[in-house]
Amino acid sequence: MSSPAILKIEDVTKAYAEHVALDRVSLEIPRGSIYGLLGPNGAGKTSLIRIINQITAPDSGSVWFNGEPLAPRHVEKIGYLPEERGLYKKMKVGEQALYFARLKGMSEKKAKKILVEWFERMEIQHWWDSKVEDLSKGMAQKVQFIITVLHDPELLIFDEPFSGFDPINANVVRDEILRLRDLGSTIIFSTHRMESVEELCDHIALINKSKTLLEGNLEEIRSNYRTGVFELAFTGKLPSSLPEGIELVAEKEGLATFKLDQPDSPNQLLNVLLPHAQISGFREVIPSVNDIFIESVQNA
Amino acid sequence: MNKIGLIIRREFLTRVRKKTFLIMTIIGPLLMGALFVAPILIAQQTSETSVIQVLDETGLFYQSLQSSDDIQYEFIEPLQSDDPDERLEYLDKRKTELNSEEIYALLYIPCGYHCDLNYIEKSIQIFTENTVSLGVKSKLQRTLEKELERLKLTRAGVNLEEIESAKTSVTISTIALTGDEEVEQSSELSTVVGLLAAFLIYLFIFLYGAQVMRGVIEEKSGKVVEVIVSSVRPFQLLMGKIVGVALVGLAQFTLWVILTTAIVSLASAFFGSNLDPEALSTAQNAAETSEALRFFNLLQSINFPLIVGSFLFYFLGGYLMYGALFAAIGSAVDSEADTQQFMLPVTVPLILAIIVGQTIIEQPDSALAFWFSIIPLTSPVVMMIRVVMGVAPWELALSMICLIGGFMGTVWLASRVYRVGILMHGKKVSYGELWKWIKYKG
Repeated sequence: MSSPAILKIEDVTKAYAEHVALDRVSLEIPRGSIYGLLGPNGAGKTSLIRIINQITAPDSGSVWFNGEPLAPRHVEKIGYLPEERGLYKKMKVGEQALYFARLKGMSEKKAKKILVEWFERMEIQHWWDSKVEDLSKGMAQKVQFIITVLHDPELLIFDEPFSGFDPINANVVRDEILRLRDLGSTIIFSTHRMESVEELCDHIALINKSKTLLEGNLEEIRSNYRTGVFELAFTGKLPSSLPEGIELVAEKEGLATFKLDQPDSPNQLLNVLLPHAQISGFREVIPSVNDIFIESVQNA
Repeated sequence: MNKIGLIIRREFLTRVRKKTFLIMTIIGPLLMGALFVAPILIAQQTSETSVIQVLDETGLFYQSLQSSDDIQYEFIEPLQSDDPDERLEYLDKRKTELNSEEIYALLYIPCGYHCDLNYIEKSIQIFTENTVSLGVKSKLQRTLEKELERLKLTRAGVNLEEIESAKTSVTISTIALTGDEEVEQSSELSTVVGLLAAFLIYLFIFLYGAQVMRGVIEEKSGKVVEVIVSSVRPFQLLMGKIVGVALVGLAQFTLWVILTTAIVSLASAFFGSNLDPEALSTAQNAAETSEALRFFNLLQSINFPLIVGSFLFYFLGGYLMYGALFAAIGSAVDSEADTQQFMLPVTVPLILAIIVGQTIIEQPDSALAFWFSIIPLTSPVVMMIRVVMGVAPWELALSMICLIGGFMGTVWLASRVYRVGILMHGKKVSYGELWKWIKYKG
């Protein structure tokens, strides 16, 4: 029953009157992964997420959840924190959380039990009977997060997850998300701030102008985009000439950057350098997702 | 409980728990009750006896000004003098005594030079420390007018008994031919009932339609809506909200009816027991009682099950239709301030309906009345008036079918706008834009 991909998007196209939001986008989101849906504003990320959440339907193409065509009953297995988020200000916190849980198909009894656990974990149990308008922003954010995850969804989607969260809450939420991943949930992060989720994601898709630029395992993508650039910290003097295949790109105050034609054998460079200089640091410069994005946009 | 049920429950409970609902629920019946009770209270008020001193220089009114429960007359001996100045001086002295005694007012009937009746009728004055109540004044006027008339007729040599016997009062009863039965109706009464019902529908549509709109704007501007539509379909949210608010309206209406009835019956029980049974048996009251009996018979001639049924149908149908339109407006804007441009085309038919409704009372079977009571945008108000005044069953059926079709159409149209509008932020929306939304698929 369980296919390796929790979510499979095939050739999805969505057009609005003036523009095409998604142009034959295909993605595969592996179960248990933290998946980064990355791209600038207006690339089509939110349109895609709304299709996954069945808020809108694609014009063509198909979406598969757990190997089945996406259907209304699947909303109970998905948790969604939209970029545009808020709560009913005049409603009491506990009552409101209960309402959202029940809209996700939970029974009142079960929802209440789980909510009490979550409220205790997030240390907001004393605010159960307060109105949302009386909460601090940080606490409201915690409530919002709980509402997103309390029905124990298989797939969690966070649109611009850390925007609007203060640093402390962002950390709390980050740790909770990682914990949920460890418990078996699959996470999708959608953001235009690529650096904010880079270290968390194991899979990414880069979307630009309604098209997928590239998609897959982040490590694999990174190794494909290796540039063979290495950074060296040293004291002493560099050799005046370098063998073929090694190029000195820059040198400044004990820091040098080299470009190797064969990035898999950095020892070749070290062997040349060792007789000349004391080496205190040596590392490969790995391209950031941002760099990869810019390069793939230029290549496209 | 299914999801629409959950939404209906939330919409209903959050509104019913608000203080404004409680206040409206209490104030409504109090106002209605006051409408019924105030006349009784006023009637009670005047039964407190007011003492009126009468300075009658003519000596003509001693017989006719008879003390009663509410007014007690005290006649003051007039000054026997032919000098008007002396008499005025005497009057001034009486006036100064007015504030020292517990006298309500001083009625001054001057004689002038010859106690000419035409002079008297223009010259009567009443002096008081405070103000003379309208009731007392009109009673005095009636009594004095009657007596002066009688005096004039007698002086002209007219036989008063003949005049009395010639007095006539014509009443025309309207008999509605419904089938084989002949039922007495009152067109005045049905006009009032019809207008009241139509106005209530108009009021409720505006009141609760606006609540739907505000609810939609609250969800959109509070950015709750996208969280919700990831769990339920926009159409479910829309219908849940409209139905939830409708239930609030019905609950409020039911509470009003119950509380008003309670207040009125309590009040009439309380004040009713204070009424003097002997007063009821006087000749004048007997006439009033028979008039009241006739009124109650007429009330019974009104087909209340039909009217209440039609009221509920047209209230719900009209509200569902306008509620959906109001919801669509709410979804298209970012704040209540932006609703103006879209409100006009929605409110105009309703206002037109209430205007036309008032004019068709004269001609309930005109072509204007017919079309306005068939077109769904105006039929809830206009047909309600015609139902009370009597309308052909096929017209009623056609109007109802059109209204059902109308609200299904508007709900469909509104839901097309709504599902796009709620997710659209920071965009000034035009009618062209709305049309595009309606055409979007999925």
